Amino acid sequence: MEYRVAQLEALGRFLDEKKQDILEATAADMGKPPFEAEFSEILLCKNELHETLNNLSTWMKDEHVDRNLVTQLDSAFIRKDPYGVVLIIGPWNYPIHLILVPLIGAIAAGNCVIVKPSEMTKNSERLVAEVLPTYLDNDCFAVVTAGVQETTGLLENKFDYIFFTGNPTVGRIMMTAAAKHLTPVTLELGGKNPCYVSDTCDVQNVARRVAWGRFFNAGQTCIAPDYVLCSVEMQEKLLPALSKAIAEFYGPNPQESPDFGRIVGDKHFQRVQKLLGSGRVAIGGQTDEKERYIAPTVLADVLPSDSIMQEEIFGPVLPIVTVANVDEAIALINSHEQPLAVYAFSSDDKVVNQVLERTSSGGFCGNDTLMHVTLTSLPFGGMGTSGLGMYHGKFTFDTFTHHRGCLHRSMGREALNTLRYPPYSQHKLGIVRAASEVKRKGACTLL
Amino acid sequence: MSLHAELVSCLRAAWLSGKTRPMEYRMAQLEALGRFLGEKHQDILEATAADMGKATQLDSAFIRKDPYGVVLIIGPWNYPINLLLVPLIGAIAAGNCVVMKPSEISRNVEKLVAEMLPRYLDQECFAVVTAGVQETTRLLENKFDYIFFTGSPSVGRIVMTAAAKHLTPVTLELGGKNPCYVSDTCDVQNVARRVAWGRFFNAGQTCVAPDYVLCSVEMQEKLLPALREAITEFYGPNPRESPDFARIVGDRQFQRVQALLGSGRVAIGGETDAEARYIAPTVLVDVQQEDPVMQEEIFGPILPILTVASMDDAIAFMNARERPLALYVFSSCKKVVSRVLECTSSGGFCANDTIMHMTLMSLPFGGIGQSGIGHYHGRSSFETFSHRRSALLRGAGREALNTLRYPPYSPSRLPLLRAATEHRRTSCTLL
Repeated sequence: MEYRVAQLEALGRFLDEKKQDILEATAADMGKPPFEAEFSEILLCKNELHETLNNLSTWMKDEHVDRNLVTQLDSAFIRKDPYGVVLIIGPWNYPIHLILVPLIGAIAAGNCVIVKPSEMTKNSERLVAEVLPTYLDNDCFAVVTAGVQETTGLLENKFDYIFFTGNPTVGRIMMTAAAKHLTPVTLELGGKNPCYVSDTCDVQNVARRVAWGRFFNAGQTCIAPDYVLCSVEMQEKLLPALSKAIAEFYGPNPQESPDFGRIVGDKHFQRVQKLLGSGRVAIGGQTDEKERYIAPTVLADVLPSDSIMQEEIFGPVLPIVTVANVDEAIALINSHEQPLAVYAFSSDDKVVNQVLERTSSGGFCGNDTLMHVTLTSLPFGGMGTSGLGMYHGKFTFDTFTHHRGCLHRSMGREALNTLRYPPYSQHKLGIVRAASEVKRKGACTLL
Repeated sequence: MSLHAELVSCLRAAWLSGKTRPMEYRMAQLEALGRFLGEKHQDILEATAADMGKATQLDSAFIRKDPYGVVLIIGPWNYPINLLLVPLIGAIAAGNCVVMKPSEISRNVEKLVAEMLPRYLDQECFAVVTAGVQETTRLLENKFDYIFFTGSPSVGRIVMTAAAKHLTPVTLELGGKNPCYVSDTCDVQNVARRVAWGRFFNAGQTCVAPDYVLCSVEMQEKLLPALREAITEFYGPNPRESPDFARIVGDRQFQRVQALLGSGRVAIGGETDAEARYIAPTVLVDVQQEDPVMQEEIFGPILPILTVASMDDAIAFMNARERPLALYVFSSCKKVVSRVLECTSSGGFCANDTIMHMTLMSLPFGGIGQSGIGHYHGRSSFETFSHRRSALLRGAGREALNTLRYPPYSPSRLPLLRAATEHRRTSCTLL
């Protein structure tokens, strides 16, 4: 444990000593506002680090389990074994956080790790490749840089666990490569996160919370609300409220605000820009190719068949699709692939619960966006095409741990064992059954 | 068109209707399973006997356990009821719809399951399909929400590759060569009985059976007569006549196992009868690492013994090979047991016995590396088939607190935000 703690503390020093470098690298890569970078890339990582360091000794302990009559005198426990050599592949949108948080868990669980940061965010990639190894034991931890081709080559190696964050298409490639070696995987992917806004709500609060989630990091967040579902009447109220929230946040000309990010690269800029053709631009819509700036935009009267509804937006554009009622909203949500997050806004708890009950997703948040992933006690992961596995807090430790069932019996007490040995008899079977069976609890149990 | 596509989509429709979610529904189906096991008890015994000669297995923050949807369970032939039903129990308990595919190799049980089991369950949500290798490949083209497979590593790879196309999560219960280290400090006769029981149960066709023994030359000398005695105690002087010793499941498997008898030298047993698919409880000695019996999972009633100079050599030997489903150590010395546990890696572990660790439901049962992915049994089964969906329900008001995080950003707010969300490193924790 001392070794793991030392490495983890070194990670903490990396976050403290290199804070400025991290803020500068992410600003250079995608115009990330320092406040956003400090909150998402540093503060949240430190929370995970502290949670891990606070609890590591407990998490590492053998977990003793209930025994049956036969094993009553034995020692039965779950040993937390590391997997071995773990590969962590990071994405470009939160290039430090989405490498470090899995890394924290992998180290805590006792593994060796190879980290491959994203080649899309060159400054962050360089920072991680050059500086991070100076904090860690290079015998056990390494950073490799690789583009698409080289990553394919990297994946031919046998790893004992692969942790990937990125899009579903590449997720399939990862899992297929992992299958050749029967390597377990966690895939943190994405999807279109729906955001249902009921008629009973505080419109201005909703507008702020949705706008914040959508435009943080210029929309490049896997759990950002991707599209809004609401009634025609609510759309009418939401539009001025969103306009007001955007002005509150970024001023009259968001391009001049230091608090609004940029798109990471030209290819993505062009991709998102094309989506502006769906529905009608109700707010924003301005773009500047040189800066890779896309204004905080809201599209109204979008149809489910429009092109913006066919892919994860991953940009600062919020389409509103109108529905007749909550049932129609739920049906529409269920007709899409299971998303990473489902959001529902309503002052009526029943409505929020209905959406929770009748949909399926990685996670869920009622009356806010993004916040559920800031709690280290909640597992973060997808379902279906939005992902496989989960992490954060203890769940990261568990992800990178093999739970090994162990039974330590006595060398003696052989008389008890003879019941199970041949020659078999009905008599022996009766006793074995009595000694090992689990009876169904009585009818008076409170069900 | 994928095989059974229509069936899968019917089940998916039932799934979307929410039928499997209420606890009362799941209980009813599980109780029906219980009736199947109770009422068809005799049929099960007869079918398994016919197949393998077996003697008669707020803010509010919470985690919601959501079902995955439509689950596929593929069962193997060695414990054809147990290894289909135990995952099924977990899948139903977790609220899923299930397609089951029993093994085509254990024909009689396949027929029993396909014809009888559906009568006990709600056929809108639970179905049994029968399929050989080709048809299973096509069945796997369907999108399932979870796939649970028990079988060999090579087929495990095929299943995971198919699952990857749909990003379907999987649990793979595979196999390997489970080593059994016997130290010099032990009660030899007890060891011999426990190892023989684990090896010869179901004529060796058990994924957690001890596959080979590692011990010193001296221990081998003591173990051989002890094993001979145990085998005689269990099966009499001619195991072929014992009603308590099973047969190999099929001709192909019989030939495969029979070929392994050429490794080393036969110290005990070695007799075979192709017609009955009988292979005697056998112990081989003078086996080398390169011998055929050490190149594949034996899955038959043959126990090779390899000698090693020391415990450290035994550990090195085990670690040089693929990680097994189970690892066994026999020693009266706690330190030996701890050291082997500490220095090796395996799905599960049992000291001073074989197989018993998997009968305890509170222990997760699963492999690592080539021996598998994921685990189940008891609560682990329920968790395997559940998606842990995090949920945060916030209040619609209390907006003042939220303004800390909204733009326009000011560095002065960060300390407040940090204080509101952070976990401090506690220095006085007993580490």
